[in-house]
Amino acid sequence: MFAKLKKINGSSEERAGRIRLPYIGLTCLALFFLAVLFADFLAPYDPFAGNLGNQTLPPFWQEGGSVKNWLGTDMLGRDVLSRLIYGSRMSFLISLGCIAFYGTIGIVIGLISGFVGGKTDMFLMRLADFWISLPAIIVIFILASIRGPSAETLILAFGIMGWPGYARIVRGETLSLKQRDFIRLARVAGCGNLRIMFSHILPNIFNTIIILTTIDIGGIIVLTATMSFLGLGTQPPSCDWGLMLSEGRQYITYAWWLVAFPGIAIVIAVLGFNLTGDWIRELLDPKQKLR
Amino acid sequence: MQGYIIKRIAIALLIIYVVLTVVFFVFRMGGADPVAIMLPPDATPRDQKVLTEKFGLDKSLPAQYWIFVKNAVHGDFGLSFKYSEPALTVLLERLPATIKLGLTAFCLAFCVGIPIGIISAVRRDSWIDRVGRVMALAGMSLPSFWVGMMLILFFGVSLRLLPISGSDTPLHYIMPAFCMSLYPIALFTRLSRSAMLDALKSEYVVMARIKGVPEVYVILLHALRNASITLVTVVFGVFGALILGSVVVETIFAWPGIGRLVMESYFGRDYPVVQIFVMFVTFIVVVMNLLVDIVYAYIDPRIRYQ
Repeated sequence: MFAKLKKINGSSEERAGRIRLPYIGLTCLALFFLAVLFADFLAPYDPFAGNLGNQTLPPFWQEGGSVKNWLGTDMLGRDVLSRLIYGSRMSFLISLGCIAFYGTIGIVIGLISGFVGGKTDMFLMRLADFWISLPAIIVIFILASIRGPSAETLILAFGIMGWPGYARIVRGETLSLKQRDFIRLARVAGCGNLRIMFSHILPNIFNTIIILTTIDIGGIIVLTATMSFLGLGTQPPSCDWGLMLSEGRQYITYAWWLVAFPGIAIVIAVLGFNLTGDWIRELLDPKQKLR
Repeated sequence: MQGYIIKRIAIALLIIYVVLTVVFFVFRMGGADPVAIMLPPDATPRDQKVLTEKFGLDKSLPAQYWIFVKNAVHGDFGLSFKYSEPALTVLLERLPATIKLGLTAFCLAFCVGIPIGIISAVRRDSWIDRVGRVMALAGMSLPSFWVGMMLILFFGVSLRLLPISGSDTPLHYIMPAFCMSLYPIALFTRLSRSAMLDALKSEYVVMARIKGVPEVYVILLHALRNASITLVTVVFGVFGALILGSVVVETIFAWPGIGRLVMESYFGRDYPVVQIFVMFVTFIVVVMNLLVDIVYAYIDPRIRYQ
């Protein structure tokens, strides 16, 4: 029985052993950021320049393929590898845009909710409960009907929809920080509410915000790619993985590389963020260590 | 308890009303002029006037709004531009296919995800826990539309084992249902594992063990029962993901359900159908939330007596 109890609580060595560096995750992430930062040097060709003499060439190891276009070309003769490399920028920019947008809303709402408390808190949290259950796709339909589908529409839609997760967690942290002595001291020293919220509480929840952001980016990359795939996001001729998949879909029977590679690129990016995110969470948040 | 439920129902109605209002203003003012969409380019001004009057678009905005709300209460969102039938009828015709697929995917996710999550928590770091963790990671990281296309490529195009579109035979369900259940399986596994771990760590479980309660009862009666409160939210909360999943999966596998219908309607600018889809989804989500609240109050007395 005691052995069992010990197993559930986990000895300290066991816990330390579990927080290993996420080698696979970091490798994926390194690949992704290499592509984002050095796309101009890494990409062998201009991702937008088509060559109608070289349509749908297969990857180099297949018959008909050559090392000139490692991963083949698409229906307009554009180099798939170059488009994948540039596509990482689009993914990164869109997901960063979404998170910056709803993260800001979520942090502000969470701070207000936790700090002010009472009726305001109840109202905001009920709103968050409801908001979180609304499928983002209906907001995308509505926004795309007004503005037309584009990367900005995506950012706007996910920006409007994503805040409750941040708000709930920031609220929780604010509630516990509010009771601490340094906040009371700040109050005694004459700080106003705004000052306390933004320059005393906010810096103390930075760890949490970093964890949330790393974990969220993976999910957002998948979601935005899905929307672009459906035709509700980025439009041609942008370099976007979701869009590449949607364009390649019509040629699936004879040009498998047009659907296989963009998907692999998405998986690499998302795995990178998810694995690293889990690792950072275990590292920074001791409560989560046993999960 | 009664007061609690009445309050929740009132909030649910309010939410539906707010979304309805948003839908009205967005589609009336957002450049989606039905007259321009329906008429051929060579229509005369007289045709325009007739159609404008027929839709009541010559009336003032509040009057239009009132007509819209009144009709919406009766489920009337106007005729579909494409099918010339009430939008509701068009939606309802396609609904059974979506429900069948959605339920299949949901059951699959439920029967796979929750047991694996529970076993993973009870036998932590065993092989099943490892499998569960890899599955959860895969479900969160693999885009379902890409998995769907890869399945088509392998089983449909290369091996010619499974049909790649349509919904006629049980064989047609295999790939779409698998694809749609990927994310819910991951969610169920992850959350049921962590809910169960929390329950197993609690003092009442330690107490039960010290009392010498057999391990099976500790897990099933003490831990699982308390973890089930979290599980309810998880199970109901997956509907949002299933709706997005149905839009994606139906598009890829040419499944004749409402997800494909709404994509076709959106691209064909058949706005009454898009509107009713938005309202329908809102309605379902609000009803689900209401059910969660009620089930919650039923299984957790702390909420009932608040």
